[in-house]
Amino acid sequence: MSVMIENLNWEEINPQLDALLEEYHGDKSALIEVLHKAQEIVGYLPEPVQEKIADGLNVSLSDVCSVISFYSHFSTKPKGKYHIALCLGTACYVKGAPDIVDRLEKELKLKSGDTTDDGLFSLEMVRCLGACGLGPVMTINGEVYGLLSPDKAVTTLKEITKA
Amino acid sequence: MKQINLCIDGKEVQVPAGTTILAAAEVAGKKIPTLCFLKDINEIGACRVCLVEVEGARTLSASCVTPVSEGMKVHTNSPKVRRARRLQVELLLSDHEMTCPTCIRNGNCELQQVAEDLGIRDIRFTGGKKNSAPVDRSTPSIIRDPQKCILCRRCVSVCTATQTVEAIAATNRGFDTVIAPANGRSLADSPCVKCGQCVLVCPTGALIEREYVEEVWEALGDPTKHVVVQTAPATRVAIGEEFGYDPGSINTGQMVAGLRALGFDKVFDTDFTADLTILEEGNELLQRLNNGGTLPMITSCSPGWINFIEFFYGDELDHLSTCKSPQQMFGALVKSYYAEKYDLNPDDIICVSIMPCTAKKFEAGRTEMSVTGNTPDVDYVLTTRELARMIKQAGLNFNELPEEEYDAPLGISTGAGVIFGATGGVMEAALRTVYEVVVEEELPSLDFEFARGLEGVKEAEVDLKGTKVKVAIAHGLSNARRLLDQIKDGTSPYHFIEVMCCPGGCIGGGGQPIPTNTEIRQKRIDATYQADRDMPLRKSHENPAVTTLYEEYLGKPLGEKSHHLLHTHYTKRRRK
Repeated sequence: MSVMIENLNWEEINPQLDALLEEYHGDKSALIEVLHKAQEIVGYLPEPVQEKIADGLNVSLSDVCSVISFYSHFSTKPKGKYHIALCLGTACYVKGAPDIVDRLEKELKLKSGDTTDDGLFSLEMVRCLGACGLGPVMTINGEVYGLLSPDKAVTTLKEITKA
Repeated sequence: MKQINLCIDGKEVQVPAGTTILAAAEVAGKKIPTLCFLKDINEIGACRVCLVEVEGARTLSASCVTPVSEGMKVHTNSPKVRRARRLQVELLLSDHEMTCPTCIRNGNCELQQVAEDLGIRDIRFTGGKKNSAPVDRSTPSIIRDPQKCILCRRCVSVCTATQTVEAIAATNRGFDTVIAPANGRSLADSPCVKCGQCVLVCPTGALIEREYVEEVWEALGDPTKHVVVQTAPATRVAIGEEFGYDPGSINTGQMVAGLRALGFDKVFDTDFTADLTILEEGNELLQRLNNGGTLPMITSCSPGWINFIEFFYGDELDHLSTCKSPQQMFGALVKSYYAEKYDLNPDDIICVSIMPCTAKKFEAGRTEMSVTGNTPDVDYVLTTRELARMIKQAGLNFNELPEEEYDAPLGISTGAGVIFGATGGVMEAALRTVYEVVVEEELPSLDFEFARGLEGVKEAEVDLKGTKVKVAIAHGLSNARRLLDQIKDGTSPYHFIEVMCCPGGCIGGGGQPIPTNTEIRQKRIDATYQADRDMPLRKSHENPAVTTLYEEYLGKPLGEKSHHLLHTHYTKRRRK
């Protein structure tokens, strides 16, 4: 994880975070809003960013971490080069999405919400993508892949990474 | 205030508006079981164990957070209520690590008690299990075991509201929820000040003191070691509670007898070095007042407080008295003065202290606290609770022990030393001495009433022969923070401030018997001042053993030898 933090361009990020915290300075109630905006700026919320937010809003680091870990939208790990969003909405669910989750987790050796150690893949569970007719459905970097089975999901991944 | 009439289990009661059903039930003589509820600290209705049926209400109500209303009809023991409460507790038990016989809280566990009160014999649920978060043994003071945690949040409330430390919070959600420092850090890697207030409020064994009982048994059984013990002021007014005495009992003599029976070679008293602290700190205050030193000067006896200021107010460390705490002064003297006087090799001396405190365990391990450079000045710190366990393990009947006296010379003390255990006590002890040194007249009354009691911040102006000295006292770190913020802003009007980390002072420390609540704190405080009144000498500068120590060894207060043995320095800290 430390490698990933070093890869961040702090010279670019810091002024944006500073401006954000200037706007909400000392306003404890703005925590969730600030976390949203900070995640937009940085892409995720590593500890140095959490510390900056804690100092800026005058809240404790434990509090910041508590909120981040409660909401699945917030992530403390960067998204992978290939970000997979698998639909667990009702239609996809009854058509076998849970088996695809299991298979992808096993294949990629990660838990949903996580990123592989090499930074290549991240897996996220989402609710209805609005493509129920194609269920089970997933997106990879925004591109939609439907009518999946566990096998087809894995093959799709392999094809994309080869390309 | 407006009175509300309601009916609880057929009994009419009248209570002030705003009273909760739980409190009203108490008035009606009904005890409703609770688990997460802790008066004034944690009133969040999370555990649902205190559910009651209110006629006309759609659902059952958590009585700890539901205010009474006019004409309310409450049932605290209907079949529906009993079923719901059992369900809650069964669910809690279904993913609780049930290692009760080997748990430190066995026999004094609120989860055990509530299961017993509800008559739970079966647990119907075998489904989900909680996370596998590991035990955190990173500090010498506190052990955190998430597997025994029922997520009641009492510890979070006390760490956040009472102490304003916020070392821990609820992280993740559902079965994955853990009360922990940020981002999976350990307590040692967090701003935890090791005060142990979380240990006092934990209903189970999820937050406990780190025990050193086995190490002390080993030392006592080693014929090559000379094992001495010191007892903190606040232990004597609390240890009786572990043996069925009412809170507020003074059991000094029995505690001394118990320690001797356990095999300690000498039984000494931290009260002796409390008196010594007054001479050093009193002179330091006078020096600062006379020579334009940094003011206000703040006391430095409380290691949780020291951790706090090092973490959160690292730019204000000059305000701290350089005096070591009485525990550490004692340890330093045992391994120097005492060793020389009685021709002992300091490396063969094991110095044990009995403290009301978990932070003292951390303090004893600070690298600067070693005068020989080989061993720590204080080798092992046991809490009041741990001493009680040793006495029980040894098969001693505490209640039948005779009252014995401390050993000389390090067991000789005054009432001024005893009151160190209560909030305001160090201030009062210091004023008794400083007044007589400056004014050179006998104090008309030894009792500085303003310094006593549970008010969060107490203040006064003391007239020292024309010099007006403004003093303040804070206990509990949220109160200390108020005085620190003034100092930071440059608006502090004070010359001398006493800070104790724990509410009530050391009598309410994290190593004291469980439960420790406001009522019990007050009783221990009353006992402390009674113990002071019972002493033949009540001023530190009249302690003959302290006088001898200066004559034989130290020279004078703030002298070179004092500086080396009795004073220390502090370090600004950030999270690692």
